[in-house]
Amino acid sequence: MKLLRIKAIAQKELIQIRRDPLSLAMAFLMPVLLLLIFGYAITLDVNNLTTIVYDLDKSSLSRELISELTASGYFSVVRSADSGKDIDHYLDSGKARVALSIPSDFSKNIRTGKTAQLQVIVDGSDSNTATIALGYLSALTEIYAQRIGGGRITPLIEPRMRVWYNTELKSRNYIIPGLIAVIMAVIAALLTSLTVAREWERGTMEQLISTPVKTPELILGKLIPYFLIGFIDMVLSVVMATFLFGVPLRGNIFLLAMISSVFLFGGLSLGIVISITTKSQLVASQISMVVTFLPAFLLSGFMFAISNMPKPLQIITRIIPARYFVTVLKGTFLKGNPLRILVVDAVFLLIFGLVVFAIANRKFKKKIA
Amino acid sequence: MHKSIERIKQMVVKEFIQIFRDKRMKAIIFVIPVIQTMVFGYAVTTDVNNIPTAVYDLDRSYESRELVRRLEASGYFSIRNYVSSPSEMQDLLDRGKVTMALQINRDFAEDLKRRTPTSLQILVDGTDSNTATVAMDYANRVILKYAKDVAGKTARLPVNVDLRARAWYNPELRSKNFNVPGVIATVIMLTSLLLTSMAVVREREIGTMEQLMVTPLKPLELILGKTIPFALIAFFDMALITSIGVLKFDIPIRGSIFLLPVSTAIYLLSVLGTGLFISTLARTQQQAMMAAFFFFMPALLLSGFVFPIENMPVAFQYLTFVNPLRYFLVIIRGLFLKGNGMVILWPQMAALFVLGIVVLALSSLRFRKRLG
Repeated sequence: MKLLRIKAIAQKELIQIRRDPLSLAMAFLMPVLLLLIFGYAITLDVNNLTTIVYDLDKSSLSRELISELTASGYFSVVRSADSGKDIDHYLDSGKARVALSIPSDFSKNIRTGKTAQLQVIVDGSDSNTATIALGYLSALTEIYAQRIGGGRITPLIEPRMRVWYNTELKSRNYIIPGLIAVIMAVIAALLTSLTVAREWERGTMEQLISTPVKTPELILGKLIPYFLIGFIDMVLSVVMATFLFGVPLRGNIFLLAMISSVFLFGGLSLGIVISITTKSQLVASQISMVVTFLPAFLLSGFMFAISNMPKPLQIITRIIPARYFVTVLKGTFLKGNPLRILVVDAVFLLIFGLVVFAIANRKFKKKIA
Repeated sequence: MHKSIERIKQMVVKEFIQIFRDKRMKAIIFVIPVIQTMVFGYAVTTDVNNIPTAVYDLDRSYESRELVRRLEASGYFSIRNYVSSPSEMQDLLDRGKVTMALQINRDFAEDLKRRTPTSLQILVDGTDSNTATVAMDYANRVILKYAKDVAGKTARLPVNVDLRARAWYNPELRSKNFNVPGVIATVIMLTSLLLTSMAVVREREIGTMEQLMVTPLKPLELILGKTIPFALIAFFDMALITSIGVLKFDIPIRGSIFLLPVSTAIYLLSVLGTGLFISTLARTQQQAMMAAFFFFMPALLLSGFVFPIENMPVAFQYLTFVNPLRYFLVIIRGLFLKGNGMVILWPQMAALFVLGIVVLALSSLRFRKRLG
């Protein structure tokens, strides 16, 4: 292996990248855009649930209940219904997600010490929001009942909850470190999955083959420029996460840089393998989606907890590198995990990178012959 | 007119030959929707179950074991470890082996017997804020229920409000009912965007676009010939995902099944239009692929596919009005889960139609300019 030849290939690739400023711009803007959307637009917290109220009681007690709900900030009443039909219409058309009907004997039952009933209908089509809405409702009616009943009875057992790592339970702190892993996986695939296939399609591969460059030199030469782009993206993402969004970075930043490099190496090599085996840009783009984007997004634990998945899928997640990188990022940002704890994930990422790089070399040799 | 149709037909045939010359494409077009549907049907659940939990039981009494048993029996918690020191709890949380750790103090049972209020320490890993919130809520409910049972009738509240809740459209609150119809919308968008834009750009990259231009094909015919094959693939994907959803995951179709292809066709106007637009911007397939993702990711995130639009800041909510995915998701979920008909869905359909015509007109204009 000659350093000179690797350098030459890397230089050639850099010139090609520079000639395509649009792709380069997108490679840098993609993480920025995604971080901005996730940082500003998306929250998992459920607020302002559109609610329609059908108050048949029209008493001060029923009004107090309604204001208890709206004052919480979780529910916002979009309409007071005049009939049961109104409820159907509002839920069917999605104008309201929650319908609360208060029967006419609500206040009478409360005053006479009987059990007062409330009917609630939630739009279950978004099961997640519906579950959370039901939780809020039952908690708020409990509070209401205690307040109306005059003072609360101390429960026999008081659960004292303490939250670690993300004390304020900000969903931003949870999403953004994981998001960086997804971004890096996608970027890595986007950058390299077409690079070899393009040479084949355009016929420039024959020219490269006729040069004395050896397979590992060619692959390394192609990797280096994209590695630099990916690493800049990584730095950009971490800087935005900490300074713009205030996600705490409690771990060692050098350790993070090291493990990120290993992950990038694996991700870029995977892109190269896809590119080498498909030889067609169209096919490569589709395969890199299935192999990189979907698993990184859905099976990495970035948003959807792995412990909730069925067992066979949990096993599949073990071969997905993004899963390990998500653990590393969340651990480094929020928990301040030292290498001692992250070592297993780091070692897996290293093995993955080396294996994929070896595959790239093998596959490519065959094609030249 | 007849000739024109013939020319478009020839173009479509040529396009199909080109797409499927690569045998792997056949597999890909089949495999992508299947994998996505499977993953969304099985894996992507926001339901919180089996929260990994560690227990540090200092009391070792019947009561403490009963409480732990109840937590486990609720189905929300799965007890993974019994630890014997606080540092063990800390270590398990640090490593992410457990999400919750429960510490029961020495005099727990004694306090309960004497009816003196006692306390429990619960540590929650807040990294995943969503799971943490739900876990705390569940733990609270189970523990308070246990406390009530121990206290007996004496603790009855003076005012009792009985909340009778029902969930419409998805009574068991299964998240796959919400997700799988959405997959139809996203798969169509992603594959159509990538395939349309890359196929057109490839023609230019390889240099066969010039050949097409010297044929009697008119620009509009060329556009139709380029987009119809991908529209057909999209319809195939739609049928495939719907079948898997209905047969494998028991997703109900409560509305009219005829509205499904109709609304898909309207949706395709804007999706294919966007693909075409990207192809006029991109010089290389690399650019086309990146641009497709550049459009797709925000469209996916700002559509209500996973994250409800009402929770977004108002400015972003306005932005979603130009997102075709947003409208199609409402339509398709309405069709599957709510049994909505045209009476309710027409505003969405109309918006999608207008959006599609505008996008398609704009991109056709640009496309013809680039040809000329």
